[in-house]
Amino acid sequence: MSHDTYPNSQIRRILGNTQTIAMVGASPKWNRPSYFAMKYLLEKGYQVVPINPGHAGETILGQRVYASLADVPGPVHMVDIFRNSEAAGAVVDEVIGLAKDKDIRTIWMQLGVRNDAAAARAEAAGLEVIMNRCPKIEFGRLNAELSWGGFDSKVITAKRRRLTAG
Amino acid sequence: MDDTSKRTGGYGFETRMIHAGSQPEPVTGARQTPIFQNTSYVFYDSDHAASLFNLQTFGFIYSRLTNPTVAVLEERLASLEGGRGATCCASGHAAQILTFFAFMEPGDAFIASNRLYGGSITQFGKTFKKFDWTCHFVDVDDPDAVRRALTPKCKAIFVESLANPGGVVSDLEALSAIAREAEIPLIVDNTLATPYLCQPIDWGADLVVHSTTKFLSGNGTSVGGAVVDSGRFDWSVSEKFSSLSAPEPAYHGLNFQETFGDMAFTTHAHAVGLRDLGPAMAPMNAFLTLLGTETLSLRMERHCENAQRVAEFLASHPKVAWVSYPGLKNDRYHELAQKYLPKGAGAVFTFGVAGGFEAGLKVVESVNLFSHLANVGDARSLILHPASTTHRQLSDEQRQAAGAGDEVLRLSIGLETAEDLIADLDQALTATA
Repeated sequence: MSHDTYPNSQIRRILGNTQTIAMVGASPKWNRPSYFAMKYLLEKGYQVVPINPGHAGETILGQRVYASLADVPGPVHMVDIFRNSEAAGAVVDEVIGLAKDKDIRTIWMQLGVRNDAAAARAEAAGLEVIMNRCPKIEFGRLNAELSWGGFDSKVITAKRRRLTAG
Repeated sequence: MDDTSKRTGGYGFETRMIHAGSQPEPVTGARQTPIFQNTSYVFYDSDHAASLFNLQTFGFIYSRLTNPTVAVLEERLASLEGGRGATCCASGHAAQILTFFAFMEPGDAFIASNRLYGGSITQFGKTFKKFDWTCHFVDVDDPDAVRRALTPKCKAIFVESLANPGGVVSDLEALSAIAREAEIPLIVDNTLATPYLCQPIDWGADLVVHSTTKFLSGNGTSVGGAVVDSGRFDWSVSEKFSSLSAPEPAYHGLNFQETFGDMAFTTHAHAVGLRDLGPAMAPMNAFLTLLGTETLSLRMERHCENAQRVAEFLASHPKVAWVSYPGLKNDRYHELAQKYLPKGAGAVFTFGVAGGFEAGLKVVESVNLFSHLANVGDARSLILHPASTTHRQLSDEQRQAAGAGDEVLRLSIGLETAEDLIADLDQALTATA
């Protein structure tokens, strides 16, 4: 399958069916991109579990940090990878091994992160893969918030959006 | 999906000029974009305020940075130009300062066409010197001259797609190749062409600036400007662009390129540029400009059709020495116009009156339908003698280079009945005898 573009409907479905996101490479520093994304996704009602072996046992934005995905108790619907494209491969293999146990459905690689070989392995194992995108930006784009900053959301509709709580 | 449809979301130009950015307002269902005549926006709580000030969430703080009505125009212009994002501001001149401010430091330089709009030549050549920014003006028709003018301090190449008022068409593809080799952005002023006639980003432009005052608003009601970012320039390519790709001291050490990716420039232009320079666009002006964009394609078609007819009439008139309109077959920029402006060569052009300075002034004073004023891109036809007005601050040499010599008259052809415009110019030219 092509990973150059994703239909809005696919991104909407994934973001709508996900409750818990494990963020691999989450940083405790306030000015890092992962911190921005984690804070935003928490505000939008997602449960976000930070994964970072260097900070295991600490908390980021009030959420306990785990050393690895395998240590996370309970289900994880999406794994959001804040690592470089090469390192993403090993994370994907780990996810494939844990997917059934943890109810993992989606592997999401951040903006600038793309590993087609790893994506093919994940898809063969029944996982859905999004690459080179940010869930924060996509959530904002599809809910007209990105537009507030002057960006082209590429969403064109004459339908009135229903306001959601939060 | 090809590259173009990736950038346009698959919708045509006319659909986007009406719909891009303006979904129905969700609280009230209002269909037309509301005018948010409002300075400030309530925070949910102190954490929400902190998230907004840290740029960690999307939202409004203060209308100097962002405003909901202005944001609709920004998204619409970004969409029409096929860019990632846009930043609107108080005027076209403000857009130019905002653009260079993002990456220029004292001691830096850039290259610009020596046939830019006279106001831009004055801004770049005189006022920018106060920031210790140097502009090297070059004949951009000569690619070798552009290459020779490049110095290690040069951070950009700036041209107009269709120059005001000389009818000069820039070879954008050739210039973007030079900019790419030099690893600096190509900035294109697309004011006179509008995104309907020319798509600079398709030809390799990295940033596109506009005076929205002209054809985009279209009725001579609202002064405004915009800079559209293609999102394609990698600001981390060299240390030259460290304000966008290294920890930014004006933002607590935030690295804009790393944090915002292809949204870095537009985020920086709002969060640092508009924040600290302050030239915000008024929401009322954004609203009026949005109304203009809804009919852009229809107006530009008629503007071009009328301009072509008037230019052909003038070219055959005994009192006219020459006409500089790239829509004319024998014009030196005709070939470039067919490549870059296939739907029409615009509606602003110059001609020389036989009889020079005095004859030129006589025409300006004898016309009845043409308004004698300093603007272009209005529904009304306009006339101006650049040498005594807009290009007055330039030297004789600069005036000649800019196509604004003593005998030159500039026309901006409006949407009136073409025969009426031709008859009016004919009687005014006859009056010079």
